[in-house]
Amino acid sequence: MKKAFWLAGAMALALAQPATAADSIKIGFVSTFSGPTAVIGNDMRNSFELALDHLGRKIDGKPVEVIYEDDQQKPDVGKQKTEKLVQSDKVDFIVGYIWSNVLLASLKTAVDSKTFLISANAGPSQLAGELCSPYVFSTSWQNDQTPAAMGLYMNQKGVKSVFLIGPNYAAGKDMLAGVKSTFKGEVVGEEYTVWPSQLDFSAELTKARNSKAESIFVFYPGAAGVQFLNQYAQAGIKQQIPLYTAFTVDELSLPLQKDNAIGIPGAQEWVNDLPNDENKKFVADYRKKYTGLRPTYYGAQAYDAAQLINSAVVAVKGDLTKKDAMKAEMEKANFKSLRGPFKYGKNHIPIQNFYLQDVVKDADGQLSLKTVATIVKDDQDRFHDKCPMK
Amino acid sequence: MYLVIEQLLNGLQFGLLLFLLAAGLTLVFGIMDFVNLAHGSLYMMGAYFAATFVAWTGSFVLGTLMALGATLLLGIVLEYVALRHLYGRDHLDQVLATFGLILFFNDAVRLIWGPAGLALPLPAWLTVPVQIIPGVYYPAYRLMIIVVALAVAALLYLVVMRTRIGMLIRAGASNREMIGALGINIKLLFTLVFGLGAALAGLAGLMQAPILTVQIGMGENILILAFVIIVIGGIGSIRGAFMAAIFVGIIDTMGRAFLPDLLRKVLSGAAASTAAPALSSMLIYLLMAIVLVVRPEGLFPAAKR
Repeated sequence: MKKAFWLAGAMALALAQPATAADSIKIGFVSTFSGPTAVIGNDMRNSFELALDHLGRKIDGKPVEVIYEDDQQKPDVGKQKTEKLVQSDKVDFIVGYIWSNVLLASLKTAVDSKTFLISANAGPSQLAGELCSPYVFSTSWQNDQTPAAMGLYMNQKGVKSVFLIGPNYAAGKDMLAGVKSTFKGEVVGEEYTVWPSQLDFSAELTKARNSKAESIFVFYPGAAGVQFLNQYAQAGIKQQIPLYTAFTVDELSLPLQKDNAIGIPGAQEWVNDLPNDENKKFVADYRKKYTGLRPTYYGAQAYDAAQLINSAVVAVKGDLTKKDAMKAEMEKANFKSLRGPFKYGKNHIPIQNFYLQDVVKDADGQLSLKTVATIVKDDQDRFHDKCPMK
Repeated sequence: MYLVIEQLLNGLQFGLLLFLLAAGLTLVFGIMDFVNLAHGSLYMMGAYFAATFVAWTGSFVLGTLMALGATLLLGIVLEYVALRHLYGRDHLDQVLATFGLILFFNDAVRLIWGPAGLALPLPAWLTVPVQIIPGVYYPAYRLMIIVVALAVAALLYLVVMRTRIGMLIRAGASNREMIGALGINIKLLFTLVFGLGAALAGLAGLMQAPILTVQIGMGENILILAFVIIVIGGIGSIRGAFMAAIFVGIIDTMGRAFLPDLLRKVLSGAAASTAAPALSSMLIYLLMAIVLVVRPEGLFPAAKR
């Protein structure tokens, strides 16, 4: 008798499942939630949750269910988690991806199932070019864009030569190629380090100093950025050779980099002090909701991803089978982005401004990032011609 | 030429740091026949203690000394509470239990210090480059690591080769049952050895902390290198660990420094840039494989059991 009762209960639950699924918007979120770079994943999750709060926890009147999955910064794990979200959770959207190599490994699974994937950070060159897809959108950038903006700034400063250092994985290669695409001076050296395990850059710094280059450019996201700046300062190179960066100094690394980050310029598409109303509200509410924390560009991009999804679902009045109409709506970028308005290229990568950011002491006496200048307006990635989409 | 000298120093510094970690591991493995995967956690705890105590006391030297004591104490407590119950067990049991300890320490650190990691800033007198020979500058702090690690190595040599405790340790490495049978308090000896190993790991961690960041899981990658070193050097042999650590440090650094340029002479630029870091990180494992084939007992094995 008792057994039959449980069985009936289980069946009722099993039957109820599809009914609720159709009435809610299901979003899978793949990011790094364990290990040293978990702070980045947390920031993305915090910002995504804040976006849902701002949307009233509903999209087009339907409740939103988010399933967070940890990719452990490993491509194979990211692919597995993506498969799980697509095949067993049957999510409507997949969002996230910090790491280009994780995204590249996971991409086919999402695209083959015609599930919309929104990269809230990673922007490998392949994604903008030959691997572009109607189902994939970016709320960040193509990897080359940010360092390319830095290269332009270095030209403005009249830098004659540079020594490049970056991690040996998909994004690292894109980043260094990005600087080279715009920098007019001489590239005297180019070093790749083992990623993510190599944390001691003594050999590379020694080479950079001995190369007699006028400047050094690095790309080290997450904790590696802290370690690089520590070692750069300790070796006394900070007084000798100026450093230019992309994605190396942010609100997560700054509390650890401290004074080592002062005077180190970076390029970014979003800075916390961009003067639009949505951004002011985002930064203020984030700091209120998550006391002691400050949002980063990772978070701002995740926030934009939620808004992009909202715009698509609202446009089709919640009928998620209308994929073409949703794609057409998303291509308009018809939402209030935290970075200000931007357009999509035909490869679904934003055409957007890049700003020069600097480290300053803010009103609370804490180190924070500040917009100094606009380096480039309406910048489009240089791979869009390779994308076969019209 | 200056470049080679500087890179040799980089290699030496890295090697000596690895030695501190490997020395503790080889003692525990060789003498107690105990596989301690949690050795990397002690390295991490050393760094966290140092970051905390330096912030408390405001003094780098005092803070790190306190951290050293704290790691020693932690090692002794850990041995007393958990590990001594595992000595008679199979290696697989020990691996499982100490792997559990890694998870325990990682989560304990997350609870106590939070997930974001800590910074251990150096005092100003250690952040300047020093001119060692005309034209060659080297970071003062890395120089200090070399000096401290060499001093510790010398001290360890004296203790192991010239004192009664050292004699017992060496005897333990050669034949554990026999010294037990001769009436030596082997339990106490083991606790002492484990504490010493923990303190050495802590020292490595706290010295590495200002160069890297203090973060959860920082001991896991470097522990693999420490295992490679004790295999190359011969399990239980301090001298072997010392030589192997310096080999590994220099090979790793020299590989990273010069392999890319060498490869660029043979391969195209892009292929060389991609292949060189991968190949240079393989070099030490190649060395280990060769040593295992030619001298499976390691280069400088402890006296035969």
